[in-house]
Amino acid sequence: MGTAPAPIPPVIPDLRRSREERRSKILGSFKAEGVRGVLIAILSTLVFLGVLIAIVINSPNWLLIKQQFFNSREFSNTFPYVLHGFFHNIEVFLMLEPLILVFALLLAVMRSLRGPIFFPIRALAIVYIDFFRGIPTILLVYLFGFGVPALQIPGLPHAGAFWGGVGLLLSYSAYVAEVYRAGIESVHASQTAAARSLGLTRAATLRFVIVPQAVRRVVPPLMNDFISLQKDTALLSIVGGQFGEAFNHGQISQQSDFNFTSLLGVALCFLVITVPMTRFTDHVLERQRRRRMAGAAL
Amino acid sequence: MNLAIRAESIHKRFDDHEVLRGLSLDVEEHEVICLIGASGSGKSTLLRCLNLLEAIDAGRIFILGRPVTGRGVDQNDVRRHVGIVFQSFNLFPHMTVLRNITLAPQEVLGTSRSRAEVEARELLDRFALTERADDYPDRLSGGQQQRVAIMRALAMNPDIMLLDEVTSALDPELVAEVLDVIRELAAGGMTMLLATHEMGFAKDIATRVCFLDEGVILEEGPPEQIFSDPKQERTKQFLQRIVAAGRL
Repeated sequence: MGTAPAPIPPVIPDLRRSREERRSKILGSFKAEGVRGVLIAILSTLVFLGVLIAIVINSPNWLLIKQQFFNSREFSNTFPYVLHGFFHNIEVFLMLEPLILVFALLLAVMRSLRGPIFFPIRALAIVYIDFFRGIPTILLVYLFGFGVPALQIPGLPHAGAFWGGVGLLLSYSAYVAEVYRAGIESVHASQTAAARSLGLTRAATLRFVIVPQAVRRVVPPLMNDFISLQKDTALLSIVGGQFGEAFNHGQISQQSDFNFTSLLGVALCFLVITVPMTRFTDHVLERQRRRRMAGAAL
Repeated sequence: MNLAIRAESIHKRFDDHEVLRGLSLDVEEHEVICLIGASGSGKSTLLRCLNLLEAIDAGRIFILGRPVTGRGVDQNDVRRHVGIVFQSFNLFPHMTVLRNITLAPQEVLGTSRSRAEVEARELLDRFALTERADDYPDRLSGGQQQRVAIMRALAMNPDIMLLDEVTSALDPELVAEVLDVIRELAAGGMTMLLATHEMGFAKDIATRVCFLDEGVILEEGPPEQIFSDPKQERTKQFLQRIVAAGRL
């Protein structure tokens, strides 16, 4: 046919080049082209932004939009309250995250137990996970946040926010348990065989060989779940204003001032946390991918 | 005369495929037995059954005179006496070489960490991998990984070693270093069962060669007899194929 044969890919990945590729994700794609490339990028960005801004500002409703959503006076009046509330969101997140990590791992291990004697434990874990994963999180927060305090059980906390947090815990631990389980199942059976052949018990095999490998593998998906959890702390707003998380404060201002700027302040708070977390997750994923390639090259 | 292993008419079936069909084998202490035979003849399955990684469907197995099949057997106790090394090494990738070796002595035998590490370093010295103690397995060559896997099994001070085609996954230039380790074990009197495709090595090292065919030992004898004067037609055919492939 006269076409040149396809180039043979190098057997050993060039690590140096892959590092450059990584750096070039956003900023560096024009690096190879030098100063000229940078100038072109700046110019094209300015033109693009200019056109975009011109379209937005000249649109007939722009003044109304600006007044309703990007009102600087409203922002400076409401943001301190929103920020104050946001610390409650962070607080809830920091308390729930370690609990979820531990509880979900317990569930995943229960679900991974083999043999007829463990059937009830395995079945319990499966029912739990199916049940709580199948219910909308907002419904769980509402049910627990209003339902349990209404029972007035002596000795238990009555705060709606506490029980709303329990709802989040139950929902998220079911999700995270499935992430762990995927990790456990991804560890090859030969690892179990090697550990058992040395005389390690089933429990010791899980503890020393399987779970450590599984957890390392699922760090990126776990981080994604925690970005979601961070955002879902806003669901606690439905259990009542006295807890006063960020969305609550934003809503209160919005309803009294008939202006949405305060809610954009809430959005800003979440973005400041979630965007760096997302980038960090990408970074961890990329690092794992490179490790695998480096390992395969040897 | 003490029997290290006695297998009496063992059967093992995977779904509808019967891999072992009434195989019997007696192994005396300090014997080195090479299992040869085509892929699928049951060599690996036999070794896995002897380490109790697979439960047999019928028959009996005795290790060091004690029955290990049937009810009430402490499998983990049996495995302390029977080490196995796999074709694909199966080192624990998240642990250093040293930790790979010390894990089982610490967690199974209850050896103290310092004692286990001293013993592991002695093994590493003996097999010339001292400087690799703190590396992770993915930094090692295949031959080095397999030597570590052998040390990991040896760290439990087993009475019997089972080696399942331990050089089959290695590049040709790395085979010799692993075979040297096995030679040293044989010289030290270790009772061993090897499934192997290295016929030249089997000829050298074996006290007895067993030819497996369709889940039974079709023919067995000293290596000179099996390799130069096989009695069974199937053995002859198998060896001819090996010679044709340039492996003997």
